[in-house]
Amino acid sequence: MSAGTADFVASLVKYGLMFAVFINVAPIMNWVERRACAYIQDRPGPNRLGPLGLFQPLADALKFMFKEDVTPALADKPLYLMAPALALLPAFTTFVVIPFGPDIVVNGRTVPLVVANVATGVLLFLAISSLGVYSLVMAGYASNNKFSLLGAVRASAQLISYELALTLAVLAVLIPVGSFHLSDIVAYQQAHHLWNFIPQFIGFMVFLIASFAETNRLPFDLPEAESELVAGFHTEYGAMRFALFFQAEYTNMAALSALGVTLYFGGWTLPFVHLSGWLGAAVGLATLLAKVGICMAFFVWIRWTFPRFRYDQLMRLGWKILLPLAILNLIVVAAMTLAGWL
Amino acid sequence: METVIFFLFAALAIGSAIVVVTHRSPIYATLSLVLTLFSMAVLFVLLGAPFVGVLQILVYAGAIVVLFLFVIMLLNVQKEENAHVDRGVQLWIAILGAVVFLGLFWLAFWRTGLRIGGPAPARLTEDLVGLKGLATALFTDYLLPFEIVGLLLLVAVIGATVAARRSDSETVRPDDDFVSGDEPRTDPLRSLPDPHRTSVAEPAYSSSKREAHS
Repeated sequence: MSAGTADFVASLVKYGLMFAVFINVAPIMNWVERRACAYIQDRPGPNRLGPLGLFQPLADALKFMFKEDVTPALADKPLYLMAPALALLPAFTTFVVIPFGPDIVVNGRTVPLVVANVATGVLLFLAISSLGVYSLVMAGYASNNKFSLLGAVRASAQLISYELALTLAVLAVLIPVGSFHLSDIVAYQQAHHLWNFIPQFIGFMVFLIASFAETNRLPFDLPEAESELVAGFHTEYGAMRFALFFQAEYTNMAALSALGVTLYFGGWTLPFVHLSGWLGAAVGLATLLAKVGICMAFFVWIRWTFPRFRYDQLMRLGWKILLPLAILNLIVVAAMTLAGWL
Repeated sequence: METVIFFLFAALAIGSAIVVVTHRSPIYATLSLVLTLFSMAVLFVLLGAPFVGVLQILVYAGAIVVLFLFVIMLLNVQKEENAHVDRGVQLWIAILGAVVFLGLFWLAFWRTGLRIGGPAPARLTEDLVGLKGLATALFTDYLLPFEIVGLLLLVAVIGATVAARRSDSETVRPDDDFVSGDEPRTDPLRSLPDPHRTSVAEPAYSSSKREAHS
């Protein structure tokens, strides 16, 4: 096997592994979300099917598959049908740059445990995730429905506003490390025995708030605010097409959580533990997934705790507070790096 | 493999660019523009400049075209409308554009000695288009043009802010960015109820109450 083919096969296997993990996020989170919501609201929640209602996602999936697939008569057909598929594309692409373990040796070849070990690492993540807005816009426009259109307009404005703050917060992490490789950022945190969220606390807070807005989660779910817009951009979608949007939302959340964990919480590493080889790989993947799981639980907790923002408040927070804060953070971090304090 | 990818995305770029110009619906045209920009980014990556490719997606496809779509949807333009311009003027502008384009083409191919079937040009190297190479070039050799471009962008931002501001500053309250409808919005939580206005919901109740007070 030539070197190029071997790399290709290795990438395929790694992508398959990550895909298998991330495709299960939505059904699991479906159950977690409903049970946690019920717990917070002091009611039982879905508890009939299987122990603790664990088989509820299976029933939901069956229901999605067998429901009638309706297309509105006046919808813009090609765009309407394309939008849910396009929503999944960035969601299942962004996690390729997330490292999930130490280098392992297979047949005498060193294989880094990241699907795409590219020089533009973090930027690639941000670039691909910024394409996610098009599916929302297409869905909102193609449905030919006032609520959907309003939801799409809100989504595009909101995503653009918060992407700036998010990107600036991420850039501040890159400055002391001096690399776009996420594995270098993980190695930097391990070498300093300090997770980035302590020295970069302001940047972390900006990242946290902006990531809620980027994934359209409460308190920033204005694009699908059900009390005003029915369901926003996916009002007209039912059955499996709605399920695809649902899947995309949760996969995006997981991918963004994985990025946040890698940038601010040491990624796949455990503090003061250095394992290598296959054991290290297994522990690394488990650690990353556990950290992502905690982040997802945090997403759910926030959703059922805070009320929704008003639209002008959302814009004001993004442009007048988060963006200046992120710029200030960037300048301070650059100055501190120059002075040798970081 | 690389050749196949090149021809696939080159064809996609040209095809979608033609759709951008010819399609009647502005939404379709804008979405095709995204496809064009994406294909161009892939071509950049093939040329050995992944950083430029990623920036192309991040800045153009991810941000600027979203703004285009935002404006198109806000205006709710359904179909192309006939422009009220003289066709003759358009023709002359088109000819001028074609001449400039061919001139640039000539510069790019004849002056640099590139020929179809001739020797392959040197590949873009890491210190020319890589992260470090680009940054070094921007902040040493091209520092002045870089700063001037920055200044130009700042001027554009200030210009846009001034242009977007309403001429009648009386109608906009400093704390209220979104005014819907014609009448200035009053926030029920911030302003006291108007004692002379009868309630829409229960006119009888509020008028009888006022009589009781007086």
